[in-house]
Amino acid sequence: MSATLTMVGRSVRLTRRNVDTMIMSVVLPLLMMALYVYVFGGAIDTGTAYVTYVVPGTILLCAGYGAASTAMAVADDMNSGMIDRLRSMPVRASAVLTGHVAASVARNAVATTVVVGAAVAMGFRPTASPLDWLLAAALVLLYVLALSWLAAGLGTLARSVESASALSFVMLFLPYLSSAFVPTETMPAVLRAIGDHQPVTPIIETVRGLLTGTPIGSAGWVGPVWAVGLLVVSFAFSVWCYRRRTRH
Amino acid sequence: MILEATGLRKRYGDTAVLDGVDLAVAEGSVLALLGPNGAGKTTTVRILGTLTRPDGGSARIAGFDIVTQPRQVREVIALTGQYAAVDAQQTGRENLTMIGRLLRLGRAGATKRSAQLLERFELTGAADRRVVTYSGGMRRRLDLAMSLVAAPRLLFLDEPTAGLDPASRATMWDAVGELVCAGTTVVLTTQYLEEADRLADRIVLIDDGRVAAEGSADELKARVGGDRLELWFADRASLEKAAVVLDVPADPQETRIGIPTDGSATELHRVLDALRAANAEPDRVTSHRPTLDDVFVGLTRRTLTTAGSTR
Repeated sequence: MSATLTMVGRSVRLTRRNVDTMIMSVVLPLLMMALYVYVFGGAIDTGTAYVTYVVPGTILLCAGYGAASTAMAVADDMNSGMIDRLRSMPVRASAVLTGHVAASVARNAVATTVVVGAAVAMGFRPTASPLDWLLAAALVLLYVLALSWLAAGLGTLARSVESASALSFVMLFLPYLSSAFVPTETMPAVLRAIGDHQPVTPIIETVRGLLTGTPIGSAGWVGPVWAVGLLVVSFAFSVWCYRRRTRH
Repeated sequence: MILEATGLRKRYGDTAVLDGVDLAVAEGSVLALLGPNGAGKTTTVRILGTLTRPDGGSARIAGFDIVTQPRQVREVIALTGQYAAVDAQQTGRENLTMIGRLLRLGRAGATKRSAQLLERFELTGAADRRVVTYSGGMRRRLDLAMSLVAAPRLLFLDEPTAGLDPASRATMWDAVGELVCAGTTVVLTTQYLEEADRLADRIVLIDDGRVAAEGSADELKARVGGDRLELWFADRASLEKAAVVLDVPADPQETRIGIPTDGSATELHRVLDALRAANAEPDRVTSHRPTLDDVFVGLTRRTLTTAGSTR
């Protein structure tokens, strides 16, 4: 436990000092949101102010960028000799992964707060009660954890920081094929089928419903089930990757 | 013996990286694994450091089996890898304190131990600067300091001075010397003969995954006989011709050939006559006591610089 706490402290410190990571996980989603709201938003009809529509998607997009940074940080430790140093010490070396995942959650908490704050400045008016906020935050946390463990696993497998970054593109891509930026009904049939049945859409619909009172429907249980399922699978994947890579 | 290994084997695909390596290291001594790139030095250290499992053979460190009791082995050893494993975005002090906390020294214990090590490795002035601003030598020193937080009984150093300038190399050598004085056992790998000669009590020559020779530097030098004759050539063509006549390998980066000699005038005459007959006369002739380089060539029939590239 103390090893885990030490490595969490380390990862948070490294994150704070890594300008690239902070830009990638906070500034980039912010710019994307501004781009969508002010450039494309006018042309997209979602039935509400576009900023109101786009906030949940931007939050999940943040999680993707944050996770990509996690994959790179883990790959760096696996390939720079840090993991070998820890593994030759009488400590649980896998704490290094837990540390990066915890830092990812912390980074996302900051990013999400910044995004929501900026959205309010752009005209976002959530109608959520404190309980709604809590539920939405819990669902986003599950999604962030799932993505972070997935990223940690990919980072463990990657032979370089660059390939870790390439491997994690899927996580950045998924929100674009969901109801994050445009309603799926506007997509061609094939994309719509993908969009409606991938995990990001029900999670976004649930968060959107909680924050702005749009109808949630079945997304209210499909979303959380997806998030928990993803988390379980990602964690198992990451354990498997770590064992495979460090099988001595 | 703090370390005893017998018949260590490791394959990667079709390549036998280690093909039966035996080692024995007495507590408090320094063993150098000397050999060219790809000889299996790093693999040996990784196996002994519990990072890689051997395909065959066994080893015990302080009585614990490296495969079945890795946890106990890790309590005894520390390993400094080939590349400085330090966090560039943490300060020197933060790096050391992190290791201390991982080793459960507690906050106060870790802080105190960090300060001691920073002082000892002349890093106190840079202690609160991020490592990204450190020179190569400072990084290597911090890396070594991080391996010493737990005061290990056995320290593995994988190419501790690779890529360092002569001054930083000398500082690292002094640091290793001090450790040994304090009773730490050291196993180091190196491609530098001078490093093995200077630091090690015993040297194991590794070539192609096998132990080619073993002994103290003096014993190994004695094995290649007495004095060495060095023949210097004006051009590459006559050097290569001479190498054929004398039946020795020609190092592409050298302008000289070294051969064993009994030091007599008769032998010198014989060699020079043979070379003149082959129209491969040297410009200059010197003789000297054998070096470890001569030992390596004598025992493996290859030079240290060419051996790596033949794999």
